[in-house]
Amino acid sequence: MITATTSEPLLTLAGVSVFYGNFRAIDQVDIAVGAGEVVSIIGANGAGKTTLLRAIIGQAERVEGRIAFAGNDIVGSSTEAIVRSGIMLVPEGRRLFPSLTVEENLQLGWEVGRRGNIGFDNVYHLFPVLQERRRQRAGSLSGGEQQMVALGRALLANPRLLLCDEISLGLAPRMVAELFALIPAIKSGGMGILIVEQDIGRSLSVADRFYCLLEGRVSLGGRPSEVSREAVMRHYFGL
Amino acid sequence: MLVPWINQLLQGILLGGLYTLFATGLSLSAGVMRFVNIAHGDFIVLVCFALLVLTTALGFNPAVATLIVLPFAFLLGFGLQRFLLQRVVGENVLLPILMTFGLSIIIQNGLLEGFGANTRKLSGGWLETATVALGQGINVGLFQVLTFITAVALVAVLDLLLYRTGIGAKIRAVSDDVAAADLIGLSSSRIYAVAMGISFVTVGIAAGFMSVWTNFDPASGPTRLLIAFEVVVLGGLGSLWGSLAGGIVLGVAQSIGGQWDIAWQTLAGHIIFLVVLAVRPQGLFPRYG
Repeated sequence: MITATTSEPLLTLAGVSVFYGNFRAIDQVDIAVGAGEVVSIIGANGAGKTTLLRAIIGQAERVEGRIAFAGNDIVGSSTEAIVRSGIMLVPEGRRLFPSLTVEENLQLGWEVGRRGNIGFDNVYHLFPVLQERRRQRAGSLSGGEQQMVALGRALLANPRLLLCDEISLGLAPRMVAELFALIPAIKSGGMGILIVEQDIGRSLSVADRFYCLLEGRVSLGGRPSEVSREAVMRHYFGL
Repeated sequence: MLVPWINQLLQGILLGGLYTLFATGLSLSAGVMRFVNIAHGDFIVLVCFALLVLTTALGFNPAVATLIVLPFAFLLGFGLQRFLLQRVVGENVLLPILMTFGLSIIIQNGLLEGFGANTRKLSGGWLETATVALGQGINVGLFQVLTFITAVALVAVLDLLLYRTGIGAKIRAVSDDVAAADLIGLSSSRIYAVAMGISFVTVGIAAGFMSVWTNFDPASGPTRLLIAFEVVVLGGLGSLWGSLAGGIVLGVAQSIGGQWDIAWQTLAGHIIFLVVLAVRPQGLFPRYG
């Protein structure tokens, strides 16, 4: 059920299945993300959202089907190569390197990524507090500040496609609102954004399109404005 | 009466330099990368034999031979980690121990097969016998002083490398969270290989000084490993400057113990180690406070 994208698809998943051992965590999924488009993936715990992102970034155990990024099949490519070609993940739980300084964490994003327009200045402009704290260890920052570093690290890789895994998790509502408010600005640069989120309302409010995952399958897809909340809930829980 | 003790103290500090050289590579692999290399001492001895061949068969000076060996040591460490040891990196800490224990046996028996069980030593020429007079009848060997200076310099360089360079930040990142490194496209397996390569460069330097300072034979590795482990744990896991302190503490303990009663030389080192372990299990300068 590929819905029409607003622009040329940057990322296309066609008949993708992901396995852990013999367990099929993702089953025959078709998904597309265009440049400058925000696509949201919603779904309950265990629906396979994180697994899907791991498959895209090249960190899943076994993947079947085709994942095309900018026209190239990336199934089987190393994460290193995928990141350099322009996909970067903001991992669930932030996954900063706690003993490294804020600046060192950001620098790693710059080094693993592709060359582009986004530099330290842009990130410090988005998150002024990070400039003040650039010499501090990342582990000493608050959860919200750490999420800023994780997002900044990903942006410095200059991705064409940004994958965000549960960036609202464990953050104060005000912080979450602040982060989500940045998404339109990031997308306006032409970056495609794939958001995985349990907070359905928040997630759908920024999305151009969405997919609902249920037990590894896409149970519903479309534009948030065109689907009723009842339909979303029904497909979210599989009732 | 005080002079012999002061003399032994100085000798002990200088011996600590050699022990630090044994330990820096292990400090990097075991302390920072959490990869316990049981064959660390055997690799030092392996390089000693390589130096023996270069100096006797090809006539190189030991210092030149050591410099020649260093790039190969890096490649050996890099390749070993990339193609063999990396397979056992992971949750199970027993597997690296088992694998490197196997390598230890292979190296010892391989050397025994190739060189026999005879005790060997490289000649340092005039440098070995030159002394520096410090007055009051106290003399220290020039070679020992050079060893100590090298140890301090090596620790300083490694510390700069680890904390002031890009590759150092990557090594610390992988040390912090291997899975997170892989998730953001920082290939942990290559970082591990580079770190092991650097560790092996220190193995080469340690071998260069050890082969002139002491006797060695194919079975010398495990005692070097024991010293290296004690130094790393004394200093604090992952702390390079701690290794220097640990090396000096161990060297002084052995030296003073030996002055008191020669039978106590080795024992005094082990006792100090156990005492520190009991009182301060995190080591003298723990990296993780």
